[in-house]
Amino acid sequence: MNDRTRTLIDPIFVANPVTLQVLGICSALAVTTSLATSLVMSAALIFVLTLASSIISLIRNHIPRSIRLIVQITIIASLVIVVDQVLQAYLFAMSKLLSVFVGLIVTNCIVLGRAEGFAMHNPPGASLLDAIGNGLGYALILVVIGTVRELLGAGTLMGVTVLPTTAQGGWFTPWGLMALPPSAFFLLGLLVWAVRAIRPEQAEPLAEQFDGEAPR
Amino acid sequence: MTDLLLRAIFTDNLALAYFLGMCTFLAISRRLETAFGLGLAMIVVETVTVPVNNLLFAGMLGPGALAWLGLGEVDLSFLVLIASIGVIAATVQILEMVLDRYFPRLYRSLGIYLPLITVNCAILGASLFMVERHYAFYESAIYGFGSGVGWALAICALAALRERVDESRVPKALRGLGLAFILTGFMSMGFAVFGGLKFG
Repeated sequence: MNDRTRTLIDPIFVANPVTLQVLGICSALAVTTSLATSLVMSAALIFVLTLASSIISLIRNHIPRSIRLIVQITIIASLVIVVDQVLQAYLFAMSKLLSVFVGLIVTNCIVLGRAEGFAMHNPPGASLLDAIGNGLGYALILVVIGTVRELLGAGTLMGVTVLPTTAQGGWFTPWGLMALPPSAFFLLGLLVWAVRAIRPEQAEPLAEQFDGEAPR
Repeated sequence: MTDLLLRAIFTDNLALAYFLGMCTFLAISRRLETAFGLGLAMIVVETVTVPVNNLLFAGMLGPGALAWLGLGEVDLSFLVLIASIGVIAATVQILEMVLDRYFPRLYRSLGIYLPLITVNCAILGASLFMVERHYAFYESAIYGFGSGVGWALAICALAALRERVDESRVPKALRGLGLAFILTGFMSMGFAVFGGLKFG
């Protein structure tokens, strides 16, 4: 694989922003009650992330170092406001479901992390690819969890009945827990476990060698 | 009022029911001591920023808020995101200076967490929930304090659990993050049970 493809593909499978770097999980957990909300949220994040990374990369040589965070946050916040307003105008029911979580893309660590960690040091083309890759990596996790939660929690996918529930005369008893917050934690925990079992090099070292926090 | 406070602390817990501030929640919960410091900083910042944002929204941004300028038609509520972020960043900065000047001991223990909190989505989330739920000023103060306490309680509990679990034998791939998620899931179930509490 050449460098370009690596920039795009790596964050999706190898260095996934959610399961490896633990970034942006607030929204990954909160909006995954159904597949539709997961998809809309992913689209919103990819839009903000790619545009923010490209813009910041374009003007990276003109941003003074001391105020770069404020500049980045302002650019990101403006883009998020656009997304929020568009959602309210054209998909009002969806924007009610997503509640404050579209607005919280402003503080989504993936966006600021890619801006600060990649776009500030790389040309626009590479930044764009990196942003798309990270956005898709995030989307992948959301779609997986959203699918499982909607399928097991309500027996539907995108609102279409897949497993007929007992209430509709079918055989499937909906798994109520899947509609509640704890299931998101369990599923993401299991997903991280699975990813790290497949790629043992991502597993965390033993407690003794943990981070730089001073021992008590 | 007690109802609102208890809901903010337990059933509507920002970390466990709304998944807010999860990045810091999982990253800083390996040691109880650091978790406690961060929790304390969180309570202080939430208690200050939510009411301040409430005043800002009521006085300048909300629908009809600019009537005192003769601009009753103007609705600036779409600016609430950018304004809240500004207020939070500024509050944290001022708080840092005040603590440094008047409470140097507290500053030394909280100092390193304060900048971290500026980009914590639990802080911004609390302000956005306050706007979405149309809290009055005194309600926003209670809500800010309560949600701070709830978040601090959750991170301290998780840190205490993780300190124990670090010493036990768990499958290699589950160690650390994976297990932290599953533990948080159980805590989330526990906190949801407080929904049965009734007061007044």
